[in-house]
Amino acid sequence: MSMREISYGRAGMEALVEEMRRDPTTLHLATDAPPSLVEEFGEARIRATPIAENAFSGIAIGAAGSGLRPIVNWSMVTFCFVAMDQIVNQASKIHYMFGGQQTFPIVFRSSVGGGTSLAAQHSQSPYSMFMNLAGLKLILPSTPYDMKGLLKSAIRDNNPVLSFESTRLMGLKGEVPDEDYTVPLGVADVKRTGSDITVVALAWLVHEALAAAEELEKEGVSVEVVDPRTLFPMDNETIRASVQKTGRLVIADEAGPTAGASAEIAALVTEDPATFKAMKAPLKRVCALQVPIPYSPDLENHVFPDRNRIIAGIREVMAAG
Amino acid sequence: MPASPELQRQMLRQMQTIRRFEERASDDYQNGAIYGVVHCYIGEEAVAVGVCSALNNDDQIISNHRGHGHCIAKGADLNRMMAELYGRQDGYCKGKGGSMHIADFSIGMLGANGIVGGGLSIVTGAGLAAQMAGQGRVAVCFFGDGASNAGSFHESLNIAASWKLPMLYVCEHNSWAANTSSVMTHAQTDVAGRAAGYGIPGVVVDGNDVLAVYEAATEAVARARAGEGPTLLECKTYRWRAHTERPGAVDPRPAEEIASWMARDPIQKLVDDLKQQQGQYSDAEFQALDDDVMAAVEASVAFAEASPFPAPEAALDDVFAD
Repeated sequence: MSMREISYGRAGMEALVEEMRRDPTTLHLATDAPPSLVEEFGEARIRATPIAENAFSGIAIGAAGSGLRPIVNWSMVTFCFVAMDQIVNQASKIHYMFGGQQTFPIVFRSSVGGGTSLAAQHSQSPYSMFMNLAGLKLILPSTPYDMKGLLKSAIRDNNPVLSFESTRLMGLKGEVPDEDYTVPLGVADVKRTGSDITVVALAWLVHEALAAAEELEKEGVSVEVVDPRTLFPMDNETIRASVQKTGRLVIADEAGPTAGASAEIAALVTEDPATFKAMKAPLKRVCALQVPIPYSPDLENHVFPDRNRIIAGIREVMAAG
Repeated sequence: MPASPELQRQMLRQMQTIRRFEERASDDYQNGAIYGVVHCYIGEEAVAVGVCSALNNDDQIISNHRGHGHCIAKGADLNRMMAELYGRQDGYCKGKGGSMHIADFSIGMLGANGIVGGGLSIVTGAGLAAQMAGQGRVAVCFFGDGASNAGSFHESLNIAASWKLPMLYVCEHNSWAANTSSVMTHAQTDVAGRAAGYGIPGVVVDGNDVLAVYEAATEAVARARAGEGPTLLECKTYRWRAHTERPGAVDPRPAEEIASWMARDPIQKLVDDLKQQQGQYSDAEFQALDDDVMAAVEASVAFAEASPFPAPEAALDDVFAD
């Protein structure tokens, strides 16, 4: 398989363009219509909407129920909160509520995370709010390869899928195949194998965890890094198998810990008898502090976890047992 | 274009079917065979029937929490409707939806909805799909004066007007948003006046006159099919019953207001209109129609009662599509 290097942001664009070429029922709804897309696909399929997220998210649901396959880009996840009725009351429930008589294939894309001094509203990672709703699939890629492959799977899926894309990773380069490929939804990826401790990390923190693992290898600590990639459905088996092997767990997430994805991962590990029995020490969560994200760089850096906090977390767990 | 005598009779049958179906649904709700909540459309039948009579089978509609009338007018099967109300396996939604969530996508009925204003943008997406398909299909939204104050109303009409979508927005103005009078909540009496803000036609019609509704809808649908964009059609009407059928439901509406609207029964009006067309209609004909309708409603109850309850584990089905 021949490979080439592209950015995480570019990988998302390639997935979109290739899937729109592949399937004439796809259309794109966003407050911004990129000229290159309009040129290739026309104004009918690349719709510039008013800044009315509630309406164009609902329009996507109605279009999906009428035979189309819409891809919505909310831009920042912040803006999806204007459309919460359509996401929570409509999209997540409409297939089930009507007895499964119609499919609603929709992808809602948005960027998440902080690190760019955009302050509280535009630095959020609220994916766990949506994990609690039955009826939505959620992806959170950490590499260009996963971004392209997961987004293609999301566009081909017959359900509403929320694609959360890390702001910090937009310029990250990585290899993707020249050929068409997909990454299946619901399958985690072991980004680095190790034997002493598992770090389950999300999005940008996958890379911070890998950096922490490099550092600790010098001290003889072998760290396994697991990237769930899909938050719903979560790949419980891969996460549990890793913890059963290492007996120790750190969970790293750019969101706050309270009722977060990190809490769900902690629960799925500890409520499984075999995994619980294999654990040698209490698990540790390395998350953002539970505050709105502040603006000034020193404040922001204080709130977010990073490789140093992951290293500290790993040391704490290693010391405990 | 006026409705043919044959179509008028069909309209009368549909209106009477809505009324008898809901009378039975209300009774069965009171006696415990139907669960949750039931919102009755009785008194507003001319709106759904007048509008849907102007539509084709592949045209799409969306409804709201008061949805039985829209389902029946679009041609839904009474048996599967009643089975859904009874929570049975053969209901439209296999017992997952109940009264507030009946849908039949095969006849272009995109569903009732428990959120006031929730359907406005969804059906606008159906209008977008219709425009892109280019086969002359139209999409219709039924909503109330309550929903006309939600942001989704403004957002959806603005988009539909901007994109010239083949849409008809039908405001069923019954003057009460649940238990709050529109006098308290509307800056202007007519919702149709807001159409001017979107540069589309805004039409007010007597919503208790099914022939007038039909003619106005026919004109708006022709405009939509011709690619000239959406119309806001406001039908002045009234619900005869409280917001819900819940025992002891609050109903703050003045008795004389209710009585004055009941004196303008849309079904009786069509019977009178038919009689006025000399030699066209008799009381005996209406009695025979009502007997037929009652038999169909009885049959729907029998169908519902014969249908099994879904297996409890079926609660896990259909969360996701394959």
